[in-house]
Amino acid sequence: MANMKMVKNPMPEQDPVVRSANFEEVALGYTPEMAMDEAKRCLSCHNMPCRSGCPVSVRIPEFIAKVAEGDFDAAYEIVTSTNSLPAVCGRVCPQEKQCESKCVRGIKGEPVGIGRLERFVADYHMSKEVKDEVKVPESNGHRVAIVGSGPASLTCAGDLRKLGYDVTIYEAFHKTGGVLVYGIPQFRLPKEIVAAEVKNLEDMGVKIVTDVVIGKSITVDELLDEEKYEAVFIGSGAGLPQFLHIPGENLLGVYSANEILTRINLMKAYREDYDTPIKHPKNVVVVGAGNVAMDASRVAKRLGAEHVYIAYRRGREELPARKEEVEHAEAEGIEFRLLNNPVCIHGDENGFVTGVELQKMELGEPDEKGRRKPIPVQGENWILDCDAVIIAIGTSPNPLIRSTTKGLAVTKKGGIEADENGQTSREGVFAGGDAVTGAATVILAMGAGKTGAKSIDEYIKSKNK
Amino acid sequence: MFKVVTKRFLNEAKTICLFEIEAPLVAKHAQAGQFVIFRLDEQGERTPVSVAGYDREKGTVTVMVQAAGRTTKMLHTVEQGDYITDFVGPLGKATEMDGLKKVCVVGGGVGCAIAYPIAKEMHERGIEVTFIAGFRSTDIVILKDELKAASDKLIMCTDDGTFGEKGFTTQYLKQEIDANIAEGKPQFDRVIAIGPDIMMKFLADVTRPYGIKTIISLDPIMVDGTGMCGGCRVIVGGETKFACVDGPDFDAHEVDFDSLIKRAAFYKTEQDDSAKHICNMTGGNRNG
Repeated sequence: MANMKMVKNPMPEQDPVVRSANFEEVALGYTPEMAMDEAKRCLSCHNMPCRSGCPVSVRIPEFIAKVAEGDFDAAYEIVTSTNSLPAVCGRVCPQEKQCESKCVRGIKGEPVGIGRLERFVADYHMSKEVKDEVKVPESNGHRVAIVGSGPASLTCAGDLRKLGYDVTIYEAFHKTGGVLVYGIPQFRLPKEIVAAEVKNLEDMGVKIVTDVVIGKSITVDELLDEEKYEAVFIGSGAGLPQFLHIPGENLLGVYSANEILTRINLMKAYREDYDTPIKHPKNVVVVGAGNVAMDASRVAKRLGAEHVYIAYRRGREELPARKEEVEHAEAEGIEFRLLNNPVCIHGDENGFVTGVELQKMELGEPDEKGRRKPIPVQGENWILDCDAVIIAIGTSPNPLIRSTTKGLAVTKKGGIEADENGQTSREGVFAGGDAVTGAATVILAMGAGKTGAKSIDEYIKSKNK
Repeated sequence: MFKVVTKRFLNEAKTICLFEIEAPLVAKHAQAGQFVIFRLDEQGERTPVSVAGYDREKGTVTVMVQAAGRTTKMLHTVEQGDYITDFVGPLGKATEMDGLKKVCVVGGGVGCAIAYPIAKEMHERGIEVTFIAGFRSTDIVILKDELKAASDKLIMCTDDGTFGEKGFTTQYLKQEIDANIAEGKPQFDRVIAIGPDIMMKFLADVTRPYGIKTIISLDPIMVDGTGMCGGCRVIVGGETKFACVDGPDFDAHEVDFDSLIKRAAFYKTEQDDSAKHICNMTGGNRNG
């Protein structure tokens, strides 16, 4: 008999007051007892609706059944048969929009905590002192290069290696993981977790070369023509920060979310023993309200800011961030200034930021997407005092690769053009993730990495027939 | 890890040091005007430095670094044969030289190290190069012989007159421009100016009335060097540009120097502070 409780087992968390002053992980994870209890809420639906909501097709009811039995090793085997990064997905996937949105238990009450269970299974495996020996798939002699080491690339690399390909990942930064290491903060995704998932891939035989900027150190054409890779997968992400183009945006103390997050997450500027400098502003205004804005605001709080505001031109209903992230931010004391649009940033005579001028907005009729359009309320401008402004209104694909690769078609927004199989306009060149779509989620990028691996396998096989 | 193949100080005061680094991939594509980013060790920061030379056959890249903040002071303690953790590039765009016939290259202090490979390549391509090299004083003068070999005419000056001519690069640039006019010689079709921001600002003022296109190389604060952080924003012709991917070369007559100079000083307090705490016993080497 299934556990018929209407709500999920709550996730143990660090106290909001304590955690808003440290960089330790917020969500602490289920105990084995909690996991088994939660797993018993699954009805093991025959048609597996949850699985259809997962871009990497995790065999959800099967792994959950093993968790319910207490056979966590078997559960891990099932999860990793289709997902190379379960500890990451269990933490950062928007499950409420993916698998859990399809869960039958969600019709009346809360869906099964699929993400929490996936995380539990992955963490259980990582915490084991004696690991099972990693199987190194035998080489099939075909070489594939992968550009970037974020979620799309890591997934593509893992899947291809499992099929026997000799895979080399080229990463521009000094560390592997892409947005998982520079973008998502430690308190949401500990970097040790990313490192462990990367090590799993290396143990499987994936080669990783850091400090190589494709398009600068080597071009895609050279990878194919000189280095003799049979195919290239571009998973270089959407790293270029967008700005507002309002007066005062280059004042001292105005940052892109990318800059603050990279200084903190990748360069560890918050730690005394690291050299990268960081300011500790007192009052911070974060512009934007997506997941990155939530991350940036919570980072600012942890740097010791007294007030951290989110300025957003629409209302609460329209907040683009995950509900869970908004709740976490609010619990940590982030102050929301909704229906406020920044029109100008003010500074002092030395060029330092002193405040953001906000224009009050109201919501008009819904647009074609059903989102109510913000309309300025004339004459209602006010100034929110601050000494730092973080712009978190999105990113777009970096031009380094498209500008140095011959014959690579791109979209109007600068993304690499790729069909549903990840095939670009160049033979042997595939792409996926944010580099194609513009900024999206980790799991969608992973789905694209998976598709790319399948297409590359088919391409190389057909060529060598 | 990247090996330091050669290390030598370039002046008596030991303020500027040359490092030849084994980095075949960077060496293969590096061009004058581009830069690299290095990181000393795991705790180190990512620091941009201009390419001062490269040897494609040997697979090495040369940089010339002035000890200024914590990282550069610590780099000066790295010895020949040692390794640094990261060295990535080449980044940014190469200096444009196509179609040029007569150029004046102006370097100020360590800026001469960046200007040198540009002058050298132009000289090799048959472009007539006048090089004006300015330093504060004789003890920090670098690359005397190299600059001579890379130019058709070399003017060296110091602020205090202890080496070469006495005075600033601005006055010698003006003198050369005026001499071209007075003697009926062809005018410079480009001025390349590299040095402290304030010097480049004044050099831009010198060339503006003559309408000579003037290119400067910027090194604002940056983290990744690939267009990701936007920390290196600079206003050029009223538009925001990223020095790392749109530059580092920009038209001096379009650059907003006021904003540039202010932004460069943003972390000054933090940098001065951390530069004080380099261990004297280990010479800044964190790992003993």
